[in-house]
Amino acid sequence: MSASPDEVRARFDRLKAREPILQVRGLCKTVPAKDGERTILNDVNFTTHRREFLCVVGPSGCGKSTLIRTIAGLEEASGGEILVAGQPVHGPGPDRAMVFQGYTLFPWLTVLGNVMFGLRMADKPKEEAAREARQWLDLVGLEPYADAYPHTLSGGMKQRVAIARALAIQPRILLMDEPFSALDARTRARMQAYLVDIWRKIDVTIVFITHDLDEAVLLADRILVLKTGPGEVVDLMEVPALRPAAGRTLDDPALRATLERLEGFIHAHETVVDDEPVTPVVRLASVAEEVD
Amino acid sequence: MLGVLSFVLPLALWSAVSYAPFLWHPLVEITDPGDVAYYSKGMRAPADAFAEEVEGMTASGQAPPQGIPANPVYLPAPHEVALALWAAATPAADAREEFRLSSSLWHSIQIIFWAFLISSAIGVPLGILCGSYSAIGRLTEPFVEFFRYLPAPAFGALCVAVLGIYDGPKIAIVVIGTFFQQVLIIAGTTRRADYALLEAAQTLGARNLRLVRNVVVPAVLPDLYNDQRILLGWAWTYLIVAELVGTSSGITFFITQQARYQHFENVYAAIFILGIVGFGSDLLLARLGRWLFPWRRTTA
Ligand SMILES: Nc1ncnc2c1ncn2[C@@H]1O[C@H](COP(=O)(O)OP(=O)(O)OP(=O)(O)O)[C@@H](O)[C@H]1O
Ligand SMILES: [Mg+2]
Repeated sequence: MSASPDEVRARFDRLKAREPILQVRGLCKTVPAKDGERTILNDVNFTTHRREFLCVVGPSGCGKSTLIRTIAGLEEASGGEILVAGQPVHGPGPDRAMVFQGYTLFPWLTVLGNVMFGLRMADKPKEEAAREARQWLDLVGLEPYADAYPHTLSGGMKQRVAIARALAIQPRILLMDEPFSALDARTRARMQAYLVDIWRKIDVTIVFITHDLDEAVLLADRILVLKTGPGEVVDLMEVPALRPAAGRTLDDPALRATLERLEGFIHAHETVVDDEPVTPVVRLASVAEEVD
Repeated sequence: MLGVLSFVLPLALWSAVSYAPFLWHPLVEITDPGDVAYYSKGMRAPADAFAEEVEGMTASGQAPPQGIPANPVYLPAPHEVALALWAAATPAADAREEFRLSSSLWHSIQIIFWAFLISSAIGVPLGILCGSYSAIGRLTEPFVEFFRYLPAPAFGALCVAVLGIYDGPKIAIVVIGTFFQQVLIIAGTTRRADYALLEAAQTLGARNLRLVRNVVVPAVLPDLYNDQRILLGWAWTYLIVAELVGTSSGITFFITQQARYQHFENVYAAIFILGIVGFGSDLLLARLGRWLFPWRRTTA
């Protein structure tokens, strides 16, 4: 059930008419290197709107993690600015929450304790924090595991707790750095469905890094494509479908075409090792393995 | 299984040397001095000298001495040490208090307890702060690093002059021996806190002291606990030196006294008890650690 081009255009017009939540302007990031400086991100510009689902793709080492960590306030920008709902970012703040690839749950706290953590840091009274945390656990379907410790949970469940913990502080933006790449294929598919489901229920803008192009096409409203050396924006692609939904499949010819275009972008900017092109590969994931 | 064997093997070796007369036994314990003027019953003579005397006495028609092969007095047999251990566990009422193993040991344990408590009360928080805030670390650690190379026993005379001759200087020496290592070790462990957890906590709004209290400390707590176990072992080592300072006391006094009277079975008993108390408390603490930190599967 491919959406008609008119429907799609109308939808993106509506999306872009919404208030901008995240504005990245002229963002640069340099790090000290042996011979002076190395540029990791060079003049990155993009805007995401309220309740948008933005995926970020690009070859390994192009600076995706650096970008999202700078947005999170964990790293300082070397130039340019980041605005969240119009306010410049200085350090981590409650308007942004992050889900990491490694689950980074606090092992000494129960599932409930983990979800309560941000609420307690915001000085919410204990009972209120616990009540709210249970609601978020309910949303990710883990209420029965409230008193379990993280090391007793499976990878998918851990990442659901991490999502609940991030959402509990009610951020404007949920930042996710390859959150599902450590999971097996089946769990990953289930988690993608969960995430879209949650995202549709609440008012949050998602910035989602992945090296899995299928995942990007299945999940995103728009896809930010980066290239490497230095990291720059190549394109901000609109995914021609009505809305990210658990029902999206790559059988849709429009989505197939998007996927092929994405692959074209990534191949055009493939890293060359020892002056020999890396063996042609279909998925970015395998490129990452070759270069590393 | 191999763990048990690692104890059984040395014990078997010790028993063999003690009970098999043809193994080692360089001396002869005199059972009957015969006509040798300078021999007396119970005395231990070198085997070759004894053989010469036997030969000499037989040649001159006098009564030869008799004896059985024996080990030197400093190597008592296992059963003698076991008896001493048993005697220590059931002290005779008439023994003077400082000659009793159990009360000596109790005195030593008290010294260790207070010294370790005092050292930890300052050393652990300071170490955590040094590990968490690089400014505090840079301010404190060079001095601590320097001080740690000053041998604690060297402060013995000073401690006695300041704190008197009783338990004060002993506690002080164990504290000096433990504290500086403790600050550095705890700081090092704190620095190894999982950085990803700290970042996650920061994105959830944890800052400064709250970050230290709610994330850094719980994140490294199982490791800190293990550090404390190792440090406690070191404190035992310093105890022995400390107890020689001022008036000798505790288990060390017991050991030196018993050695002076050549009651080597008691010396070994005391050393074994030190080992058993040390090893036993460590096993106990390891088990407690597994119970306290269930999410850490390897609290080895
Ligand atoms: N603090 C730093 N100092 C020096 N180099 C850094 C630093 N942070 C990142 N880099 C380098 O910057 C480049 C981009 O890193 P980044 O982790 O952002 O890439 P990525 O796109 O997330 O890669 P991947 O797909 O492997 O996760 C890498 O080459 C990395 O080595
Ligand atoms: Mg990355």
